Amino acid sequence: MTDQKLNGSQILLKALVDQGVDVVFGYPGGAVLPIYDELFKQNAIRHVLVRQEGGAVHAAEGYARSTGKVGVVLVTSGPGATNSVTGLTDALMDSIPVVCLTGQVPTHLIGNDAFQECDTTGITRSCTKHNYLVKDPNDLARVVHEAFHVARSGRPGPVVVDLPKDVSMGMGTYSPRASVRKMSYRPRLRGDSAMIEKAVDIMARAKRPIFYCGGGVINSGPAASKRLGELVHATGFPCTLTLMGLGAFPASDRQFVGMLGMHGTYEANLAMYHCDVLINIGARFDDRITGKIAEFCPKATKIHVDIDSSSINKSVFVDIGIVGDAANVLKEMLAHWQLKRRHLERKALAKWWTQIDKWRARDCLRYRQDSKVIKPQYAIQRLYELTKDRDDVYITTEVGQHQMWAAQFFRFEKPNHWMTSGGLGTMGYGLPAAIGAQVAHPKALVIDIAGESSIMMNIQEMSTAAQHRLPVKVFIINNEYMGMVRQWQELLHGGRYSESYMDSLPDFVRLAESFHAVGLRATRPDEVDDVIKEMIAIDRPVIADIRVDKKENCFPMIPSGAAHYDMLLGPGDEAENKISEDGMVLV
Amino acid sequence: MAQPSETTNKHTISVLVDNEAGVLARVVGLFSGRGYNIESLTVAEIDAKKSLSRINIVTSGTPMIIEQIKAQLTRLVPIHKVRDLTLDGARVERELALIKVRGRGNRRVESLRIADIFRASVLDSTNESFVFEIVGSAEKVDAFVKLMESLGLSDVSRTGVVAISRGEETM
Ligand SMILES: Cc1cc2nc3c(=O)[nH]c(=O)nc-3n(C[C@H](O)[C@H](O)[C@H](O)COP(=O)(O)OP(=O)(O)OC[C@H]3O[C@@H](n4cnc5c(N)ncnc54)[C@H](O)[C@@H]3O)c2cc1C
Ligand SMILES: Cc1ncc(C[n+]2csc(CCOP(=O)(O)OP(=O)(O)O)c2C)c(N)n1
Ligand SMILES: [Mg+2]
Repeated sequence: MTDQKLNGSQILLKALVDQGVDVVFGYPGGAVLPIYDELFKQNAIRHVLVRQEGGAVHAAEGYARSTGKVGVVLVTSGPGATNSVTGLTDALMDSIPVVCLTGQVPTHLIGNDAFQECDTTGITRSCTKHNYLVKDPNDLARVVHEAFHVARSGRPGPVVVDLPKDVSMGMGTYSPRASVRKMSYRPRLRGDSAMIEKAVDIMARAKRPIFYCGGGVINSGPAASKRLGELVHATGFPCTLTLMGLGAFPASDRQFVGMLGMHGTYEANLAMYHCDVLINIGARFDDRITGKIAEFCPKATKIHVDIDSSSINKSVFVDIGIVGDAANVLKEMLAHWQLKRRHLERKALAKWWTQIDKWRARDCLRYRQDSKVIKPQYAIQRLYELTKDRDDVYITTEVGQHQMWAAQFFRFEKPNHWMTSGGLGTMGYGLPAAIGAQVAHPKALVIDIAGESSIMMNIQEMSTAAQHRLPVKVFIINNEYMGMVRQWQELLHGGRYSESYMDSLPDFVRLAESFHAVGLRATRPDEVDDVIKEMIAIDRPVIADIRVDKKENCFPMIPSGAAHYDMLLGPGDEAENKISEDGMVLV
Repeated sequence: MAQPSETTNKHTISVLVDNEAGVLARVVGLFSGRGYNIESLTVAEIDAKKSLSRINIVTSGTPMIIEQIKAQLTRLVPIHKVRDLTLDGARVERELALIKVRGRGNRRVESLRIADIFRASVLDSTNESFVFEIVGSAEKVDAFVKLMESLGLSDVSRTGVVAISRGEETM
């Protein structure tokens, strides 16, 4: 069987099917025509035609994050490959498994500045986990299998396979999936048991502990989230999550203190500052979390569990670093915990919770909704309230204030239902990512919480949604500004709003209609619920244009480079208005 | 609450890699992309059957940066092993240099005399030039080059450091 000669494109598709691929996001062109010809002749793999290759990569990311599987992209050489670069970088930063197949000019023309040639492996070397240039059809199956293995295992990431046209047309033999394992690549999955035991010892003696968990728990799979929940409950410790980790621990749980970091909650950030033991599972001490390194958890003994040894001691020096898969390490931690728990510092822990509850009482996310202007927080909160009883809701976002409000006000109980561009912060991510999630979950309610500026970056993908009957909802928090930029200009640049006003916006309702979708609009607070309900009821793509307060800012905010206690809480906060409050008593 | 040390030290790191296209670019790109410095780098195939190459890198940094460099190297898919020869006990290091010196008369005689002291050999000579070959530690090569500066040094070509651990331990 395996000696049977196939052409390169047949080998490729066979390998994809062997890898369990059922959908490919792509865009054709000269260098991949032989592959598209084979795609045409089969039914095992569905092809979703996007409108720009960047959209294909984000769609694959949305597919991957919402399923735990590898997302697959197929694009042509030259401009097809270069258009993919932003998406690949995004997937690298957020550890999303993607395999991107790029066409290439025939091997004998490589290096000749041939038509639509670019040095794809050179360009993508630093924005992929790994990349390959295939030079012989006989290597093709092995390389594709290897690419999937590299993309999905260890710390997941994007892998590019560059396919010269003579390779996709030439004849070769197929190698089955089982026959390959890259010898030099062996990610470490099991943590060091002695270190794990030591970590649990430290945890058992903690007086002011906190779990700080991130995207790595989601990467590790649902078992990791389940075990994290068990460990957090067994210990009784508070738990905070990063933007990428939302859903790894239920937001409704009393032990959840909210997201931490630049736009995290007051209680999460102050608990970080004051903690004596920090337990980091699958988070990477990003600078949006740490702020000023010298003042980051200054009193804490730090434990860090990560599958990638380069994440450990990269920016924050830790006392105990454990290299391993979150699900495995959590399992071992749980086992040790059962033996250690009698040492617990119960009194101190009760005091710690009293302190945390005081911080919580500050109610740092509070906002005031009047009867005239829609507050962006209100719109997102209503969206949450009106959808929370369903368990098939998938949320993606664009980048900006609306993204942070979504993180604060949409509450996730389970992993893999929240998709956002955290590390690269790519405007234009949300719509194609929603398309990818909807392809994976055709019956689900998939909503892109968008900004009016970001949505313009990949608006062309509305056409993809229409063609493939993907009923994605685009919920635009329309403040007519690059709100996040405007907020920084207000706080840091003397209110000089240089180029952050979004002039000449389209009429989003008519735009929706021209894309074969339904357009809805809310301009007053009392219209919000109806628009949301109508949007959910429509079984087609919808753009809901929610006209919100143009001047609202996102709080809490830790200005970049500041310490966790240096939080701006916004105009409504009692502490900042202390003097005027005292003044009111006097009057 | 442990604190990292801030002292910068030089480290010699050996890396065993698959000898495949682009592997050197990955290593070099990692150093430039992340702002680590390379003081010297050597690379050659060491096992044709298994298609393995060995790269020796001399770099410097604080312990945290050196640890990060090794972790980042380990992460590259075609890399089999990363060894910090500076930390892993005793090692031997050698560099080879070819050095051209031009001159006449006394300066020429003096350069030959110094070459003798350094056990450098003469690979080529004309009436007005020598090409010396010198093998030794990087410091020894530095010292030799420095002495030749006043004696008509014209061209220097150095291999960079190759290194191996002492004793029975293998990579
Ligand atoms: C406008 C804007 C504002 C932002 N503000 C905030 C903010 O206020 N708060 C915030 O949290 N973020 C914020 N971010 C996001 C931030 O930039 C980072 O993307 C995010 O904090 C990183 O999340 P993480 O630490 O969970 O790491 P991820 O990027 O999710 O990385 C995962 C880590 O887990 C490891 N890992 C992977 N797989 C496994 C496994 N199986 N087992 C164990 N470990 C594994 C990886 O090696 C990596 O170290 C913001 C982004 C934008 C665009
Ligand atoms: C591709 C890209 N370009 C620029 C930026 C910088 N940036 C971050 S947020 C933002 C404004 C986003 O505006 P909008 O989508 O309207 O969201 P809002 O902040 O108003 O909610 C910009 C320009 C970015 N993140 N991505
Ligand atoms: Mg906006």
